[in-house]
Amino acid sequence: MSTLFLQHLANGLLDGTYYLLIALGLSLIFSLGGIVNLAHGAFYAVGAYLTVLLGPHIGFGGALFVSPLLVALLGVAFERLLFQRFYRSDPILSLLLTFGLALVAEQTLRMIFGAPPLSYSIPSWLRGQIFLGDFIYSRYRATLLLIAATCVALIWLLLNRTAFGRVVKAGVQNPDMVGALGISLSPYMMTVAGIGIGLAGLAGVLLAPIYSIHPAMGQDIITPAFVVVVIGGLGSFWGVVVAALLVGLVKGATIGLGYPQWSTAVIYLMMLLVLLFRPRGLFGERIQRFE
Amino acid sequence: MSKDFTLSRRAALGGAVAAGAVIIAKPSVILAQTSDVIRFGHLTPRTGFLGPLGEYGVMAADLAVEEINAAGGVLGRKLEILKEDSVNPQTASTKAERMVERDKVAAIIGEISSASCLTIAQVAQRTKTLYINTGGNSDALRGTNCNKYMFHVESQNSMYVKTCGRSLMAQGLVQGKKWFSLTADYAFGHDLLKVAKRFMEGAGGQFAADKLVPTDLTDFSALLLEIRNARPDLVIANLAGNQITNFLKQYSEFGLQFPVGGFGFDTALAWAAGKENFIGTWPVVWHHLIDTPNTKKFVAAFTAKYRKPPENQAWGDYLAVKIFAQSMNELKSTDSAKIIEHWEKGATFDVMKTREGYFRARDHQMMHEMFTVSGVGAKAPNQWDIFAASPAVPAANESLEVIASTAEENECKMA
Repeated sequence: MSTLFLQHLANGLLDGTYYLLIALGLSLIFSLGGIVNLAHGAFYAVGAYLTVLLGPHIGFGGALFVSPLLVALLGVAFERLLFQRFYRSDPILSLLLTFGLALVAEQTLRMIFGAPPLSYSIPSWLRGQIFLGDFIYSRYRATLLLIAATCVALIWLLLNRTAFGRVVKAGVQNPDMVGALGISLSPYMMTVAGIGIGLAGLAGVLLAPIYSIHPAMGQDIITPAFVVVVIGGLGSFWGVVVAALLVGLVKGATIGLGYPQWSTAVIYLMMLLVLLFRPRGLFGERIQRFE
Repeated sequence: MSKDFTLSRRAALGGAVAAGAVIIAKPSVILAQTSDVIRFGHLTPRTGFLGPLGEYGVMAADLAVEEINAAGGVLGRKLEILKEDSVNPQTASTKAERMVERDKVAAIIGEISSASCLTIAQVAQRTKTLYINTGGNSDALRGTNCNKYMFHVESQNSMYVKTCGRSLMAQGLVQGKKWFSLTADYAFGHDLLKVAKRFMEGAGGQFAADKLVPTDLTDFSALLLEIRNARPDLVIANLAGNQITNFLKQYSEFGLQFPVGGFGFDTALAWAAGKENFIGTWPVVWHHLIDTPNTKKFVAAFTAKYRKPPENQAWGDYLAVKIFAQSMNELKSTDSAKIIEHWEKGATFDVMKTREGYFRARDHQMMHEMFTVSGVGAKAPNQWDIFAASPAVPAANESLEVIASTAEENECKMA
């Protein structure tokens, strides 16, 4: 295998981590509340716009903490006002709700910031490249990877090593039983929505310096993120992680083999195959109330 | 859609019902107005990946109408402009038809997508309504798909390629050189690639690689690795919309040093990339730093109204509205046949550049000067003036037609 092809594989894996930040939140919110959050991409866009807005005042480092926090608070507000009314209803209703929400959010961004894309650059302290032999990588992306990996690790710890995580996982499997045990799921759902949406906001901050910032930017990322969730399987933490890396890897390999024009089609092909042969997703758990 | 969203839902619904009732009861209300006002239809993408550029066209068309009405309107009547999001070729066609049949527009203006230009042009031909294309670049619109009712203030792909090509030749980046090209994988990209290859073969260069890129690709890191490995003499990015911004941001992120250029470009995308990231040599049909009185006036008026300078798309829509109004006033008529005759006879227009422009009778393409711009980097004085421009192309002693396609390259049989 040539070094270039190896570089493509490595780069593809790293590429997958961006999807992961979005897909993990989507999966968490769906697993616990049954809400298919089509507005998730809009929160990602809000994260990016907040960075453009706050960056000049508190710097990129400041925006890295403040923007996701604000987006998470926004998420909590939406959860309290809207999402929680739909936890027990037909998923099609929440689908309509979040679809509408995505449209409203995009138009709101257009009204406030205008339709033309805004500019935001990598801060000078994160510019530059890393060379490992023939391998080249951007220093900014390496930082991005580090932050994303830390977040994923923290969420795993939260779900698997804390009392909070135990309730959430039980709530995913059988909310009625959790209720019967005298635990109200409501604050847990609120927190999970806040974390999931905050992650989308974080992805917005991290990608603002390297992607174009425009009102419809959420649409660019939401579809691949959904594909990742479908491939990985609902309710499975590792399913989403593996699927995100797999999608990145396959995409990288397609470009490495000389077919960039197929690089987006190939991930939909993967989804098709998974749906045909393993409709629950690669690592999808059997969730009682969805059976 | 109006930008004013202060209506309550109840009031809006009430209003809509009332308006509907009036229209049903008195269909003549709409037609009756046509004698007091002259209407133009404006269609351009306002959502989707071309939406950000379309918005500039809308702002400029509004400004032109304002200025025309302040100066007495068209034929002593007030000029009104109906603006709609063209969305896609099918919707563009439906909306164009409605504008002509129901709203009785005197002319249609706009577009960026070449595919939508084509469907609007078909409506224009069928209904004998004039249409000025302000943003569709495909050569085919001026060739196999040309038609008597469609005129183009936007330059064709050939003009973009030949203008930028001259600049690249002057920099020694063509003869005997290897290009690595990235092309947006749809009609516009394919047309542009065809013209670029014709130019490259004629000028003695070759393509080291020629990659098609899906229009929804946002991450270029894998392609940047390919470029670094191929070590080309020049990277040609024939991308569309936000992709150019993404590409420029990431090219600078990976610190690649090969010269960059491209044949399709909009200044708004360079502004979005930012002065640290904007590099390369690119062709433009117009830019806000042209040193002529009319450009200065337009830039000042636009900036005063919208708090940002206009870009090339704004120029096209502004100019098209002005040209229609000017010709109708001169001819004292809105009759399409008379206007076509006037334009085909070589009427000239102030196009805010150093020389006047005119529509070439053979294919209705506006013959006018073009420019190339290149990034000046971090020393740019502000977020807008981030490039330096070439003198006008062609030079003052040359025919304006030297950069356009020849009859053999792009044959047009006007129906």
